[in-house]
Amino acid sequence: MTISQQTDPEVVVSTAGLTRRFGPKTAVDAVDLTITRGEIFGFLGPNGSGKTTLMRMLTGLLIPSEGRARVLGVDLPGKPEPLKQKIGYMTQSFSHYRDLTVTENLDFAARIYGLPRRRRKTRIETLLQRYDLEAQAHQIAGSMSGGQRQKLALAAAVLHEPLLLFLDEPTSAVDPETRRQFWARLFDLVDGGTTIIVSTHFMDEAERCHRIAILETGITRIEGAPPDLMAGLKANVIEVTGDQLRHAKDLLDADPAVLSSAQIGARLRVLVRKDQADPEAHVAALLHDAGPVTCHRTRANLEDVFVAATGGGAARPAEAAA
Amino acid sequence: MISIGRIGAILKKELLQLRRDRMTFGMVIMIPLIQLVLFGYAINTNIRHIPVGLVDQDQSGLSRMLVQMVGTTQVVDFTQTYATPQQAQQALTAAEVRAVLIIPPDLPARLVRIPAIGAAPPPATDMASARPVAQWIVDGSDTMIAAGIKSLRSMPLTELFRQPPNRVVPTFEVALFYNPEQRSAVNIVPGLVGIILTMTMIMFTSAAIVRESERGNMEMLINTPVRPIELMIGKIIPYMVIGLVQVAIILGLGYLLFNVPVNGSLWVLLVVTLLFIGASLSLGLVLSTIATNQLQAMQMTVFILLPSILLSGFMFPFDGMPGPAQAIAQLLPATHFMQMIRGVVLRDAALIDMAGGMLWMAGFMVFGLIVATLRFRKRL
Ligand SMILES: Nc1ncnc2c1ncn2[C@@H]1O[C@H](COP(=O)(O)OP(=O)(O)O)[C@@H](O)[C@H]1O
Ligand SMILES: [Mg+2]
Repeated sequence: MTISQQTDPEVVVSTAGLTRRFGPKTAVDAVDLTITRGEIFGFLGPNGSGKTTLMRMLTGLLIPSEGRARVLGVDLPGKPEPLKQKIGYMTQSFSHYRDLTVTENLDFAARIYGLPRRRRKTRIETLLQRYDLEAQAHQIAGSMSGGQRQKLALAAAVLHEPLLLFLDEPTSAVDPETRRQFWARLFDLVDGGTTIIVSTHFMDEAERCHRIAILETGITRIEGAPPDLMAGLKANVIEVTGDQLRHAKDLLDADPAVLSSAQIGARLRVLVRKDQADPEAHVAALLHDAGPVTCHRTRANLEDVFVAATGGGAARPAEAAA
Repeated sequence: MISIGRIGAILKKELLQLRRDRMTFGMVIMIPLIQLVLFGYAINTNIRHIPVGLVDQDQSGLSRMLVQMVGTTQVVDFTQTYATPQQAQQALTAAEVRAVLIIPPDLPARLVRIPAIGAAPPPATDMASARPVAQWIVDGSDTMIAAGIKSLRSMPLTELFRQPPNRVVPTFEVALFYNPEQRSAVNIVPGLVGIILTMTMIMFTSAAIVRESERGNMEMLINTPVRPIELMIGKIIPYMVIGLVQVAIILGLGYLLFNVPVNGSLWVLLVVTLLFIGASLSLGLVLSTIATNQLQAMQMTVFILLPSILLSGFMFPFDGMPGPAQAIAQLLPATHFMQMIRGVVLRDAALIDMAGGMLWMAGFMVFGLIVATLRFRKRL
């Protein structure tokens, strides 16, 4: 595999066979990616699927065991230093100084990235306002809530207006409302021309990305825009309601045409192979002994895509998130 | 290109963190303060008041006078009396006393014949008259205490007989420069500057890089354009200032409490001290790039600190050490500093006299910085 679109200025990141091993364990396995300018690209995968390792390789923090990458025109493995000024990185766990205040942390970042004095002041003021941190401006970072720290980390990561922003599970510790606001800020950034690479194990978050790659044990299982992935799902989704759902699930899982089944509330969500004719009738027939049930076909969502791509119910991200 | 701005960023951040770290901040002041007071008073190389026992087999007025005279030297304090030499020996084994004076029953007979009282010296071959007056049995395991007792070996006993002493002409005349009263503090206080700086400077910086990793800041830091050398310099500068504050505390208090003057020029003192602080800090940074956590950093600090105390000439004279020990000691910045600070503070030594040691310390500092910088990888 070669990095084909090397000269295309619209291509921000391209990788070929990117691999990283830790001892006998392969954390990232021959990943080929192309990420273009101005998109939000999501890495969706459960814990341990290699999202962080992949990001660390793309920022030059880890040297790939095999394969190559080209990020903003910088070849990796190689000299990643010219990259640092052009990228922002929000690490998975809070990595700013807990014993400094919000303003002090931002001021540190501004100085490290070499913002001139005037610009430093106005930029910090703008960011405090934009990320709703004015009330916490002089609060010690260690004493803030997870959501506030998240905002500080994002503000610090975008302070020097990077072309490419890496966000490693940015909202895993915050409530849904904060997450919604957070994503609104991300779309503002994209409107400003920033390219964003975000990792997540939340389906709703992945659904907001322009394109995603689903990772499992370091391997890219499937890649594309969420609507295309849902439309292209090689399975039909049947929702089953009834009294004995647990028993029903056992019956369904034994059938070769059923890819997976999962109980969601009072319903059973069943993926049936696309080549199975009349899937509703097929499921109903299977559940003949399980009391009265109703079956109807429904639209595929991203979780169905994920489940189908990662081969069944194992390592379901929704469970990992819980 | 090294960026002054980025060094400033690191420097400012270190100062802010230091200000909020009450514990470290307190140690900066308290370590020199307490240790100076403690060691200034406690360390005394002139041995005094050793607890000793007495076996008086004579029990005469003469023996009591002898004991009194030995007591007035203040080298020993008679704290115990024993009936027999055997009991005395047991007491020595049990560490009740460090030495015992055994006065034989024939004390008067021994006394009349000894030369100290003015009679003509007896021929050395005359066993009867060449006998000493009494015997010390000493727990010789502590050489300092043994030496203290040994110093009593030929104390004059003329007073015992109210006779003017014979004029004794010493073989050598000794003129004591720089510390004529032989006060230990004069030697200890400048030396303590070296020890306390070694301890605090290496301790603070050896944790400096490790702390960034331990607190999870490293991943952020190595994602910024900061260069390793900028990081190192930015981390060193605040501690240079701290080191100077500590030196001021030690020498200032040394003057107030122990009357140890600073005879040399303050500029020379500043240059020498800054060089030593720089060398210690860069050594600390090297340790910091080796250690994987703060505990390891602390262990490595102790590994450097112990030889710095024992081999640098702080405790024992450097010139008295065997060759290999001297060679090892020469590697330590503290050894060079010990000679220099005593030179400046006590003897008003000039910079030019210490060029060798200063060059060595400057080289050590630059080498340490380079090693630390090369060892520091902006990777995980
Ligand atoms: N420094 C490391 N040493 C050894 N194994 C590692 C290291 N970093 C990550 N791994 C392993 O690589 C795999 C992928 O980890 P990671 O990239 O952190 O996954 P994710 O971010 O998707 O949760 C995991 O199995 C993890 O144990
Ligand atoms: Mg991760």
